[in-house]
Amino acid sequence: MRTKNTILFSLISTFFLIFLISIWKILATLQGLSINSFNIEIIFIFGFLISLAHLGIGDKIKPFYKSIIFSSIFVFCDGYLIQKLPIWYNVGVFLILYFFINKISKYSFISLKEEYSTQVILFDFLTLFGILFFSFVILFPFYMMLVTSFKTQIALLVNPLDFSINFGQDIKDLFKSYFVIFKSYKFGKYIVISTIVSVGTVIITLLFAIPAAYAVARLNFFGKTFLSTSILIIYMFPAIVLVIPLYTIFSQLGLRNSIEGLLIVYTATTLPVAIYMLQGYFKSIPKELEEAAILDKLSWFGIITKIIIPLSIPAISSVALYVFMIAWNEFLFSLMFLDNPNSFTLSRAIQYLSGDAETPRQYLMAGSVVVTLPVLFIFVYFEKYLVSGLTAGSVKG
Amino acid sequence: MNDTLANTEKKTAYILTLPAVLLVFSIILFPIFANIWISFKEVELKDIRIPEPRVKKIVKSISDEPTKIKILYKLRNSSLIQKIRDVSFKDIFPKNFEIENLDSRCSYKKYTLKCEFGNWPAKYKENFQVILTTNDGSEIDKKKLKSIKPKLDGKSDNILLNTKFTLKNFKKVLFENEFIDLLLTTFYYTFFGTVGSIVFGILTAQMVNQKFFGRTFMRSVLLFPYVAPVVALAYTWELLLDPNSGTLNSLLLNYQIIETPINLLGQKYIEISILDFDFKLRLALTTVIMFEIWRYFPLAFLFILARLQAIPKELYEAADVDGASPFQKFFKITLPQITAVISILFMIRFIWNFNKFEDVFLLTGGASGTRTLPINVYQQGFAISDIGMGSAVSIVIVVLLLMFMFFYFKLLGKRLDEN
Repeated sequence: MRTKNTILFSLISTFFLIFLISIWKILATLQGLSINSFNIEIIFIFGFLISLAHLGIGDKIKPFYKSIIFSSIFVFCDGYLIQKLPIWYNVGVFLILYFFINKISKYSFISLKEEYSTQVILFDFLTLFGILFFSFVILFPFYMMLVTSFKTQIALLVNPLDFSINFGQDIKDLFKSYFVIFKSYKFGKYIVISTIVSVGTVIITLLFAIPAAYAVARLNFFGKTFLSTSILIIYMFPAIVLVIPLYTIFSQLGLRNSIEGLLIVYTATTLPVAIYMLQGYFKSIPKELEEAAILDKLSWFGIITKIIIPLSIPAISSVALYVFMIAWNEFLFSLMFLDNPNSFTLSRAIQYLSGDAETPRQYLMAGSVVVTLPVLFIFVYFEKYLVSGLTAGSVKG
Repeated sequence: MNDTLANTEKKTAYILTLPAVLLVFSIILFPIFANIWISFKEVELKDIRIPEPRVKKIVKSISDEPTKIKILYKLRNSSLIQKIRDVSFKDIFPKNFEIENLDSRCSYKKYTLKCEFGNWPAKYKENFQVILTTNDGSEIDKKKLKSIKPKLDGKSDNILLNTKFTLKNFKKVLFENEFIDLLLTTFYYTFFGTVGSIVFGILTAQMVNQKFFGRTFMRSVLLFPYVAPVVALAYTWELLLDPNSGTLNSLLLNYQIIETPINLLGQKYIEISILDFDFKLRLALTTVIMFEIWRYFPLAFLFILARLQAIPKELYEAADVDGASPFQKFFKITLPQITAVISILFMIRFIWNFNKFEDVFLLTGGASGTRTLPINVYQQGFAISDIGMGSAVSIVIVVLLLMFMFFYFKLLGKRLDEN
């Protein structure tokens, strides 16, 4: 049992180490270093030996010294195998090893004897692996987007693996792609249009949704249940089904290529979500406040503006942010309704840019950064509101 | 007394909900019915533009005669296929103008030129010219003349409003155009995308539900693909997977894992042999599904995490006392607690993936075996410009979805009854 557990522990931790080192090697390759092999066999042997040695030594040496010694040995051997690599690469390897040995230091022969210890180890390492794996897989495309926007066409073609950015160069050269898309491709205008459309959608949606949500949450009327279920069903309804009829109707009404047309469609498609989210919150406001207001002869308008809105600022702002992001990111309707470059939104403009095969990729990525940054900024800054808004009332049980 | 109170409440409720209801119904429900209508018609993209009479006014001065001026009206029918009936024309001039050559179709009264041009066939063009003189000998202000816009009116048939119907579109959708293939592609895309995003959602939620350094940061990062604009993400992935100098292929070549670049988004099939067992994998479709999973697992993650955090800790403590293993805890406690969320997520994601258009459109445009039904709506309606066909495809989508929802709820209801 003990031998089996020891071998399993060493195997699992070794695979984790291989994964760590491989990611570091990929990142180093992308800084322009020429690393042509992962040397998996050697790392495997080293990792296995280190895990075993760690168990064997146990508490005889202080953990700190143990980490330093093992890491140094590994770095030395690794540096000997692949020579001519800069110091920062080896420092990185050292830190990874240090981190790794710290992680395995909580296991010992004693903990391996416990019941289910292999499962516990597997779970622990899978969690660690998952955190790193998902961070890498998710952040890598964003990292690539950002880096590519700072490169030049030639640099990208000569060595597509060189992601290093030369910060020493002139600011004008560094941000060249951004200057170009703003100057030659009118991205300034598209930002303005996208902002107008998104903010406009937020304002109109809230104007329509707050009274409607209040009615659904508080008042009794015929058709209330029908209304609240149809809100949900409409929310599920596919946008692609609306495209053709809306296209024909908008063509005949002359609403294509207009901001008004987009505003109408965006508002209509975000209203169901907005009403649904708001009415859930309104229901949680104590009724007594309104009853007092009714005694004071406040009209419904007064109740909404003086009581409901001030009390539900968090919910309203989360709905506003959510609607803003939907409108800002929307692509399908802007593709269908806009074909005049003077009325493009940012998303549509980037798609238009990519339609021309000659467009250098760094311009495309610069445009992508411009459209992504505001959304990510809003999301990170207001994350708390947004996450609670996303899950609130959406799924219960 | 109570009755009137209830009545005012009702009235208030209708006033409050009416604007939202009207807007949603006119933009969402009405088009659905319009879609059914259009799907039974033979309509092409060029037919939907209502033909209108157009005019361009050109003001030309006549040399040596400052009191005279020539105005040229370039008249035409905007439509190449439809006629316009009873075209009438109207233009107003400043008060001191007289017309020299009045056309027989026109009249000039109170400084207003009115003409009846009758019927215009498709592609009709005419250059119509009048010469004006001032009756008080004053000089002519060309700009003022130009600034007045003539008015044209005419009647034409709206092809969308007539009552000619046909079943041709549905016949074409169902029996031509490789409908089965389309359906299968859509099903693979939807099913594997949905299952994949839920599986990854469970894994990540389980992961973030534990305590570790940087947990809140991790939670934000995991949601990035879901909140970022699809356009930016799709093009980044396209760059990443590009066969010529794309990052992924360059990396794989660099480490000698592959010998020739793989065109992940442009190759329909790839042959794989595992243990002498050869099979063909739909490569581009698989890549698109990967993107789909990458982009939408955050939603599953968020919902499942919220549910995981609501599971009472006592359950796990009790399991610890009983000596349950981590796997037993996961399968006996966690999984049963999240099945309800998963079944709802499955439905939501299945419906949304079934209708997903942007992702595939931006990545492959529907080429190399990634043509799903929503892509087909676009291709029929706008690439081939057959609006009627596009509508018919979207009606098929709606019918399939309704069928799915019906069976899903039946199945779900049965299972709930059993428990």
